[in-house]
Amino acid sequence: MSADLAIETQNLGRIYTIRNRRERRIRKEVVALRDVNLQIPRGELFGLLGPNGAGKTTLIKILTTLLAPTTGWARVAGFDVVREPHRIRPRINMVSGGEASGYGLLTVRENLWMFAQFYGLPSREANRRIEELLRRIGLADRIHTKSSDLSTGLRQKMNIVRGFLTDPEILFLDEPTLGLDVNAARDVRRFIREWLDAHPDRTVLLTTHYMVEADELCDRVAIISQGRMLACDSPEALKRRLQRDALFDIEITAPNGLTSSMLEALPGVRKAVLTDADGGARLSLILAADSALPGVIHVLTERAVQVRHLTKREPTLEDVFVELVGRPLAEEEVADGQ
Amino acid sequence: MGSEARPFFAPVPKASGWRLFLKTVVARAYPRVVGQQRERSWIFFDVFLSILAVSAYVFVYRAIGAPEEYVGFVVVGGAMTAFWLNVLWSMSSQLYWEKESGNLALYIMAPNSMMAILLGMALGGIIATALRAAAILLVGSLIFHVQYAVGNLPALVVVFLFTLAALYGLGMMSASLFLLWGREAWQLANLAQEPIYLLSGFYFPVKNLGFWVAVGASIIPLTLGLDAMRQLLFPSGAALGFLTVPVEVAVLAVLCVLFLVAARWLLRYMERIAIREGRLLESRR
Repeated sequence: MSADLAIETQNLGRIYTIRNRRERRIRKEVVALRDVNLQIPRGELFGLLGPNGAGKTTLIKILTTLLAPTTGWARVAGFDVVREPHRIRPRINMVSGGEASGYGLLTVRENLWMFAQFYGLPSREANRRIEELLRRIGLADRIHTKSSDLSTGLRQKMNIVRGFLTDPEILFLDEPTLGLDVNAARDVRRFIREWLDAHPDRTVLLTTHYMVEADELCDRVAIISQGRMLACDSPEALKRRLQRDALFDIEITAPNGLTSSMLEALPGVRKAVLTDADGGARLSLILAADSALPGVIHVLTERAVQVRHLTKREPTLEDVFVELVGRPLAEEEVADGQ
Repeated sequence: MGSEARPFFAPVPKASGWRLFLKTVVARAYPRVVGQQRERSWIFFDVFLSILAVSAYVFVYRAIGAPEEYVGFVVVGGAMTAFWLNVLWSMSSQLYWEKESGNLALYIMAPNSMMAILLGMALGGIIATALRAAAILLVGSLIFHVQYAVGNLPALVVVFLFTLAALYGLGMMSASLFLLWGREAWQLANLAQEPIYLLSGFYFPVKNLGFWVAVGASIIPLTLGLDAMRQLLFPSGAALGFLTVPVEVAVLAVLCVLFLVAARWLLRYMERIAIREGRLLESRR
C-alpha cells in the first residue's frame, strides 16, 4: 500500500447473517456490501453517494473498526482494520447524522471535554479547542447549555465539533447533515471545507444521499447502490459522462396514463423519469441528441398531455445516479423501504 | 482541494497507556457525579422512600421487642440498599443504554480501554450513591436514635471498600451480560430484586437464614459485606454474625478478583461479538 493512501480496500464485502434465535440456524443472509475497491489518498474529501440501505454505513463501520468484513480487506492509515484496530483508533474519528451521543445533563463543553479525554487530549488543550471550534461553527454562545436543551441542528453541530476536536488524520462523516435545516446544513458544510483547507493532510470520508452536498464538497465521489460501487470519479468527471447527452426537464399536466417505459421505448430516449409535481407531473429526460425531443412531444400530444414548461439543462449528479442506477435516488429509497 | 489556511490548532502529544486509562476513568465518572447535582429528585425518591422502607422494619422489630441493635442493622441495610439498586439498575443496564444512544460505538472506536469506561461508570456510581447512602444513614440514625460502637475503624473502612469493589465488579460483569442478553437480562434482574433483598439480609442478620442458604447468598457481595460491617458497628454484631470478619473480608477479596476478571473477559467477548456480527452496535437512530 502506498504511504499516501489514507484508505484502501480490496474486494471488500459484508454479509449479515440473520439466525433463527432458538435453533441458531441461518434464516437469511443479507449482502450489505460486495467487492468494494477504493483508494483514497491523504488530503482528499471523498464522498459516498447512495440511498439508505446502499451499504454506506456498513462500509464506514468496517473502516472505523466497528465491524469485520466477511470478504476482502481494508486498510486505514496504513493499518489493517481487522488485525490492527488499536493502531487505527487513535488516528480516526466519526460523526453520524442524527446521533444522540453524550449525556443530556452535561453542558456542551462538558460533553466535548469528556470525549476528548477518551483520546488522551490534555484538559487545557481540550478546552481551548472546544472554544475555538464552537466559535467557528457558530455555537460559542451555547457552550454552557445542557445538551438536552439543544435543538436537533445545534446538537448536530456539537457532534461535528466532537469529531474534529481530536484532530483526526481521517474523519468519517456518516450523513452529517441528516435532518438539518438549510442554514444548519450550510454551516456544517462550510465548517468541513474550512477545516480541510486549514489541514490539507487530513482526509474526510463523507457519506450522503444529498446530491448537492456531494457535488459542493467532495473532491471525488463514489456512487453506491445495493452494496455495489457503480462509479467513482470527481463530480465534474462523472457529470462529463453525460455531457454528450441532451438533458431536458419538462413540466406537464396530468400524465393521462403516460409511463416512463413508453418514452424509453422511443428512439434516442436513454432515460425518462416521471415524478409527481404540483397539479401535474415533471418529466426528466436524458436523450442521445436534441433530435429525439420531437418524438417525445409527439407522444405527449397523442395522450393530450400539455407541456407547461421545458428547460434544457446541464447534467447534475442526480442525472449520473439515474443513468447508473436506473431511477432517481428518492425512488430508490422508497423501493428499499418497501 | 481548497487553498491552504492557518490550522485551527497545532498537534499536541496525547496521553496513552495508563495515563489514558486514568483520564478515561475520570471522564466517564464525571457525568454520574455531576448528573446527580443537576437532578435533585433523588433526595425524595432515594432518601425519603428508603427511609419509609426502613421505618416499616424498625416498627416491626420494636413491636416484637427485638434487641435494639436490630434497628441499627436495618438502617445500615437501608443505606447499603442504595448501592445495590445502583448496581442492579444503573451499572448493569448502562452499556445497554450506551448502545441505544450511540455512545457505545464511540467508546469502542476510541483508543481508550473499555475496561476504563466501565471502571469510570463504577467510580461515578460509587461517588454519587455514597452521598445517597450517607443521607439515608444519617437521617435513619437520627430518627431512630441508632447507637454505634465502632471499635476498629480501619477494619470497617477495609470491609466497606472491599464490599463496594466486589459489588461494582459484579455490576461491571453484568453490564456486558445485560448488553448480550438485552431484555431477557432485564427481566431476570426484575425477578431477582426482591429475593435478593431477602437472601442478602438487608434488614436482618443473614445468619438467621441457616448456614447453607447464607453460603449461597454470599455470592452477592453485599451479604458478607453487610454482615461484617454490622459486626464492626454494633456491640452484639459479632454474636449475630455469620462468619468472622477476616474470613468475610477474604471471601470478598476473592469475589472482587473473580468479578473483575469475569468483567474483563465478558467485555472482550462482547466487543468480539459486536465486531463480528454487527448487532450489538445497532442503535435506535
